[in-house]
Amino acid sequence: MEHSVSISRRTVLKGFGATGALTAAGGLAAPAIAQGASVLKFVPQANLANFDPIWGTQYVVRNASQLVWDTLYGVDDKLQPQRQMVESEEVSSDGLTWTFKLRSGLKFHDGEPVLAKDVVASLTRWSARDPMGLMLKAIQQELTAVDDKTFKWVLSRPYPKMLLALGKAGTPVAFIMPERIAKTDPFKQIEEYIGSGPMKFARGEWKPGALAVFEKFKDYVPRSEAPMWLSGGKIVNFDRIEWIIMPDPATASAALQNGEIDWWETPLSDLVPVLKKNRNIKLDIADPLGNIGSFRLNHMHPPFNDVRIRRAVQIALSQEDYMRAIVGDDTNLWKPCPSFFTPGTALYTETGGEPLKGKRDIEAAKKLLKEAGYAGQPVTCVVAQDQPITKAQGEITADLLKKIGMTVDFVATDWGTVGQRRASKNEPGKGGWGMFHTWHAGSDCVSPVGNIAIRTGGEKAWFGWPDNPAIEAEISKWYDAKTLDEEKAILSNVNKMGMEHVTYIPTGFFLTYQAWRSNISGIVGGPTPSFFGVKKA
Amino acid sequence: MLGYVLKRTLATIPVMAFVALFVFSLLYIAPGDPAAVIAGDQASPEDVEKIRKSLGLDRPFVARFAEWSLQVLRGDLGRSIFTGLPVTELIAQRIEPTVSLMIVTLILSILVAIPIGVVAAWRAGGWLDRGFMGFAVLGFSVPVFVVGYLLAYVFALELDWLPVQGYTPISKGLWPWLENLILPAIALGFVYIALIARITRATMLEVLSQDYIRTARAKGLGETAVLFMHALKNASVPIITVIGIGVALLIGGAVVTESVFAIPGLGRLTIDAIVRRDYPLIQGIVLMFSFVYVLVNLAVDLIYTLVDPRIRY
Repeated sequence: MEHSVSISRRTVLKGFGATGALTAAGGLAAPAIAQGASVLKFVPQANLANFDPIWGTQYVVRNASQLVWDTLYGVDDKLQPQRQMVESEEVSSDGLTWTFKLRSGLKFHDGEPVLAKDVVASLTRWSARDPMGLMLKAIQQELTAVDDKTFKWVLSRPYPKMLLALGKAGTPVAFIMPERIAKTDPFKQIEEYIGSGPMKFARGEWKPGALAVFEKFKDYVPRSEAPMWLSGGKIVNFDRIEWIIMPDPATASAALQNGEIDWWETPLSDLVPVLKKNRNIKLDIADPLGNIGSFRLNHMHPPFNDVRIRRAVQIALSQEDYMRAIVGDDTNLWKPCPSFFTPGTALYTETGGEPLKGKRDIEAAKKLLKEAGYAGQPVTCVVAQDQPITKAQGEITADLLKKIGMTVDFVATDWGTVGQRRASKNEPGKGGWGMFHTWHAGSDCVSPVGNIAIRTGGEKAWFGWPDNPAIEAEISKWYDAKTLDEEKAILSNVNKMGMEHVTYIPTGFFLTYQAWRSNISGIVGGPTPSFFGVKKA
Repeated sequence: MLGYVLKRTLATIPVMAFVALFVFSLLYIAPGDPAAVIAGDQASPEDVEKIRKSLGLDRPFVARFAEWSLQVLRGDLGRSIFTGLPVTELIAQRIEPTVSLMIVTLILSILVAIPIGVVAAWRAGGWLDRGFMGFAVLGFSVPVFVVGYLLAYVFALELDWLPVQGYTPISKGLWPWLENLILPAIALGFVYIALIARITRATMLEVLSQDYIRTARAKGLGETAVLFMHALKNASVPIITVIGIGVALLIGGAVVTESVFAIPGLGRLTIDAIVRRDYPLIQGIVLMFSFVYVLVNLAVDLIYTLVDPRIRY
């Protein structure tokens, strides 16, 4: 269905209806938006249910926050941190003292200048929540404002990944807030939404679950470089960006086809063929870094506390089955991923990934289970049904485990319950769990920085609590690596050791589309939807 | 009458207290953890625990219930765990779309269903009756979301007469307001029309067999006057009861309809709150809906006295 005419039947009906409206309402209602204002209507991946990027680390919060709060650095499409609020930085020859200078003209939305003390408070709050921030905090000697524009971070040992920590896209991002807001307890939500980014948050129009509005901040001074992902000039060509929350994909699809919205971040793969047929709609990969599906096992309790049983599942698991269940038959949208790292990125490695390659071996898996003395203990699969990705993976898993002779206790539930239950360290039969599914954003899996799923610190590790000090030691080495070759060598080891330990089982790499009206230009795929440089004809 | 209204109004207090305790208890024992949802998928178990503590979710049931009850008595429904905004503000933001949807649906349903029911009873056993009752069966059988998607496809996507989604406040004009409500109201009203039409038919059939109807016809009164002035008035008590009960049906249906048509109303707010385990918000919404339902029942009881002079309180 095409809508190329400028005056639709509905517009004509509106014209007739306006007469009635004038009579009934006693005159014209005041327009909410100034005449001639340019508006972009965007449907995000999820509801913006809170708006504190340090307290709540959901991707949708980060994506909205990049409009309102600025960062010291931002990664480009090569995942290299580039200066954003910072004008220059200097590191002492011993690598222990970092001195940063802010660029001129930075202002908060309340008109106050951005000062070094604001940065210090913001980094203090961020470093209490972020894994890299926590590492920095552990070796921090001093984090102080030298003058209004300069701040200094003194460490007890060198930290070569400093700029990446300050510019990474993974949550929580080191956003800069005014000192009075940044002093909020990092485990409590902020109540003021003042940033120094290119858009102001229209708090009065915020209807969580329905609408979030961002208005252009006239005093924002963008960098001169071209925008690329989270780096470069944050030029916004709209007076207003409306985030319209649409939980129903069919409704979002129809609204896009009807021209009621401009841009839809995550079209359901089932609806993509319909959108592709509409010449007024363009589609492209939303984020080339994609996602890695995950089969997360509980290392603490039987049966998966035995590495042989974990390996039995690993050698039988077919990534193709999982990927086709998630994205359908579009082979452009997935590829095998015998790795814990993001395909196509500098540190990607398949070393040790052999168990996930080639023909799947059900018989060998059965044999391994027998060797391990598996005696039919049920595997409690806690599977969220309200997330299409976890639901699809769960169905494949139930079938796979039965095929290799395991007993399946399938708990079909919602994501809220999975979130609670996976934190339980009880035995599976007593409120605990055996496995659950999730997926990791490719942008988090480019390195160990955001890739918490590969960590094996036992009780301190992510849910499932894999315990392998040797892998942890190897990951620590990566943080000290100075060259790319060094980093690659270390991560090859990490991948090999993780596959042997079966820290978790990647179920494949998959991509998703984004869709927009053809009168919109400048949309670039990336780890976050980037509004910078986007135009509407 | 005034005494009766006062008595009924006071009776809402224990009802509301019971609802409050019931909802609070239910949410307390229900699985799910808002702290885990807030922290996000990447958060460590320690971070989730710290957030849980900061929200006071680690405190015992009695302490939490006592604190919340005192808040409610002061007219404060608390703050949403997720947004940090007052529950009253969130509900206030969403009331207009839902009330608008319910009013339009109610008016549409009554205007369509009652004539259908009356005519079906009048022509009982005929093709008109069978046709209308077939429509009613369809109304009961087809889910709201199916009707919604079909309407949106035909009237919004194909014909481009109406918008697919959204809501425009009435302050921006009657047509912009109505334009967004027509399709959702038809979708939501489908089952409601079926219900009212069937009850109207059944009660009309009974009334039409009464002696006074025969008398009215015998004295030469026109059929329209017999049906709508005599018969319908005497059949109205069960119809009003069903319309009242149907308000609960509408509240339930609004949840689905608002999702299908992306209307930012209370139905969607309820779903979002449940999915995220936003306890104060769920409690606030359920309390409000219970209160509305109690009021609707009171209104229905009072309307009885208007249509049937024999009923006195």
